[in-house]
Amino acid sequence: MSHLRPELRARAEAIVAVYPQPRSALIPLCHLAQSQDGYLTEPAMVEIAELCGVTPAEVRGTASFYDLLHTEPVGRYVVGVCTNLACMLDGADALLAHAEQRLGCRAGGTTPDGLFTLEETECLADCDVTPCVQVNSRFVRTTTPEALDALLDELAAGGRSEEIPPHGTLNRVFRTVGREAPVEVVAAERAAAREAQAARAAEAEATS
Amino acid sequence: MTPRIVTARRDYDDSFTLERALATGAYEGLRKALSMTPEAVCAEVDAASLLGRGGAGFPAGRKWSMLRKAPTTYLVINGDESEPATFKDHLLIERDPHQLIEGVVIAAYALQVTQAFIFIRGEFALGLERVSQALNEAYAHGAVGRDIFSSGFSLDIVVHPGAGAYVCGEETSLLESLEGKRGYPRIKPPFFPAAIGLYGEPTVVNNVETVSNLPWIITNGGAAFAALGEGRSTGTRLFALSGHVERPGVYEIEMVKNTFRDLIYSPELGGGVRGGRAVKAIVPGGVSAPWFFPEHLDLPLGQDEVAQAGSMLGSGSIIVMDDTTCMVRATWRITKFFSRESCGQCTPCREGSGWLERVLYRLEHGGGRAEDVDLLLDLCDNIAPGLTWPPQQTTICVLGPSIPSSINSAISRFRQEFIDHVDHGGCPSGH
Repeated sequence: MSHLRPELRARAEAIVAVYPQPRSALIPLCHLAQSQDGYLTEPAMVEIAELCGVTPAEVRGTASFYDLLHTEPVGRYVVGVCTNLACMLDGADALLAHAEQRLGCRAGGTTPDGLFTLEETECLADCDVTPCVQVNSRFVRTTTPEALDALLDELAAGGRSEEIPPHGTLNRVFRTVGREAPVEVVAAERAAAREAQAARAAEAEATS
Repeated sequence: MTPRIVTARRDYDDSFTLERALATGAYEGLRKALSMTPEAVCAEVDAASLLGRGGAGFPAGRKWSMLRKAPTTYLVINGDESEPATFKDHLLIERDPHQLIEGVVIAAYALQVTQAFIFIRGEFALGLERVSQALNEAYAHGAVGRDIFSSGFSLDIVVHPGAGAYVCGEETSLLESLEGKRGYPRIKPPFFPAAIGLYGEPTVVNNVETVSNLPWIITNGGAAFAALGEGRSTGTRLFALSGHVERPGVYEIEMVKNTFRDLIYSPELGGGVRGGRAVKAIVPGGVSAPWFFPEHLDLPLGQDEVAQAGSMLGSGSIIVMDDTTCMVRATWRITKFFSRESCGQCTPCREGSGWLERVLYRLEHGGGRAEDVDLLLDLCDNIAPGLTWPPQQTTICVLGPSIPSSINSAISRFRQEFIDHVDHGGCPSGH
């Protein structure tokens, strides 16, 4: 019995299939599982392990390295406030302090209603609109306490659901094409390309 | 007027759609490339002397030529843009995904690679969506996939989401991550993934901006690209300007022909320091770079020019700090970043970054000691012996030896400010 919902299980199998080695699908599958559960549950990690041909411990071991992969429950909306240098120079510490007060939790914490997790992030690469704020990895460009409050109110009321659904949009657009040729065909093509390349190199050598 | 090479479509609201891309010449460079031999495509890129735009500035043509003799198996595009205040690839990924894909196919054809990956940092949810959508369109258009534009050349591209780790911008760490592992940089040698890359196979890793230049280079010729800029720094480059300027943003300007002063003060570029204040310090190429000061303002924005002045152009991100900025706080925040992002494999970086961060914290927040300034330099010296530039390496990757750059710069120039923090029992400006 699959822990992933049937349509996500099918997606997971399609993702595994586009990689030359199944283990490469590990992180994409973690994102997929998080889009269903918000974080990496035990059964999800077991299922990812099985899909990638590794042990559940290896899934956890890999996931625990990365900021965007959560091995503990998080809120439906993960709010990240960057305080790295460019944002710090534009009042990021005050904005983060405001967010902590407004949400009633420190950075790294989750509101009791399970709606918001607040994070102090490193540079999010949007340094011309500072301080930079993301919700579920979408840039929201709320640089003032007032704008941030308004956004949090809107999210709590279920707004912006197209752009910022609970647990994010990382798995919204999928490949519409699978691998278009069997591995053997690709290998044969690659060998032919190598031969042609070697022949051209030899020819170039001979004429020079 | 400098041509816009990689930002030609940035003013269109629908720049990311296939319709807009095709209406503005997308995939023309690819069609031309496919009519040439792979060697001729490589020769154009060699003629352009395109330097890698990821940070190290290695010539892209030379990177490829290492693999031309021994065939390459994989091409990996590094879109894990996370060097603080670097936000140029963010623009290219979100605003012009078709240009990126076209560049990837051209590079793959030149290298005769049949499998490519575009690694995009997980924080770019919209960017991942746009590139994934564009890739679906490109497959349908015949620009990617089997027998591209009836040329006989086939290429599969996979868009791969990262999961939030600065160190994955380091190419061997990125490959580990792409293999589904923790992002631990690999032990060198081999120094390039050309020898042993993804799944142990020869692999080329190129930056997003680097390959985004390829459609223009093939369309207009390598010589036209090399005619821009000066010396080794050819073409245009994206500079990400942030901090205390009136108009922060990403600007595409010709290499070498502009100075730091031009970028910061030109009305059509940075527009001057905010509030008409004076420059105190400049971070010239990502927070791994040693800082510049007002006397460097007239230095040209070129790779060798900046290197000769003792720093690096790196990722092309420039942070301006005005005369109100507390140098201890700025240094502390940069060091906190390295401490959080150290992967933990090597002791000098794992332990050193944390020690440095805690000493800087107590200087800024109260509790600093008179000996702390020298202690900081001593710790830095243990991570990068001699505090030279470029730094001596004590660790597997360059993350560790990058930590001393800002600390050494700030103390060398503003030592008294650090001492004042000790005397005052914290930041005198009351942060």
